Amino acid sequence: MSEAEEIPLWEVFIRPRNGLAHRHCGSLHAADAEMALQAARDVYTRRGEGLSVWVIPSAQIVASDPQDRDLLFDPADDKIYRHPSFYNIPDDVGHM
Amino acid sequence: MSTALVAALIGLADDHLILGHRLSEWCGHAPMLEEDLAMPNIALDLIGQARGLYTYAGELEGAGRDEDTLAFGRLERAYRNLLICELPNGDFAQTMLRQFYFATFMHLFWQKVECSTDTTLAAIAAKAVKEAQYHRRHCAEWVIRLGDGTDESAVRMHEAVTLLAPYTGEFFIADPEAGGAVAAGVLPQIQTLQPAWQADVEQVFAAAKLALPQAVYAQKGGRRGLHTEAMGHLLAQLQFMQRSFPDMTW
Repeated sequence: MSEAEEIPLWEVFIRPRNGLAHRHCGSLHAADAEMALQAARDVYTRRGEGLSVWVIPSAQIVASDPQDRDLLFDPADDKIYRHPSFYNIPDDVGHM
Repeated sequence: MSTALVAALIGLADDHLILGHRLSEWCGHAPMLEEDLAMPNIALDLIGQARGLYTYAGELEGAGRDEDTLAFGRLERAYRNLLICELPNGDFAQTMLRQFYFATFMHLFWQKVECSTDTTLAAIAAKAVKEAQYHRRHCAEWVIRLGDGTDESAVRMHEAVTLLAPYTGEFFIADPEAGGAVAAGVLPQIQTLQPAWQADVEQVFAAAKLALPQAVYAQKGGRRGLHTEAMGHLLAQLQFMQRSFPDMTW
């Protein structure tokens, strides 16, 4: 049995600063949740990237099928009215 | 007291440099990528602690020896590290158990030194205590998982326990050089750390379903510069660049 089959895969999410959301930053192998958390700390926060880490078993993520991409996402392409780009923003407002 | 404190600090720094070097030997050879980063992370923490201690010892000594001179410019008998730090890595179980023993000891040690009357040492301790606490946790988790893991990992962990048993007693043998520094409240009385260390080890061994090692004769001599056969080979690698190109920098 290969190592990959024996040791589960985990997805790692890191929150870089207070007020920001956790962002996916990669994956790793670990035997259980505690070891996954430590490995995430060791692999992904070596340069002060994080204040908080989440790990989630990759098997628990439900993903869309790449073959469904057209039927899921193409219908949004021609609905430009959903983008709020028709409003004139006064200069004083600056970046919204 | 200053000369004695310098010697005690160099011994402490040697522990960290030599064990950090040993651990760095795993870089590129760890059983899995995650540990290939975790072990050099710990090694870098240890070498960082060694640098602080060497630099401070050199300042106190006032003889112009800097961290590099102390780390790379001495002969084997002048190194005063504990023997457990220089032992070859063996397998992963042996490396993790050694690191667990050392980190547990150093975590207790640095907690005491945080209250040292020497403010520079207290500052070094304040940083090191967090690092040692993480090392202890990481290595304890591995000891538990290997001891209570597969048949093979349990056998290997049991062998590691037997192999390292003669080398843990030296942690708690008072450094003859450190007497004055202990009396002045600069360094802790090392023997007082043993009960807490023993309790921590027993707790982790119970979780790991590992039997405690039988009491054996404690190997000692590291603090007097009397080393194992492995030490010369380690220094040959550690010192090669500075011996070949003295005072080189990059």
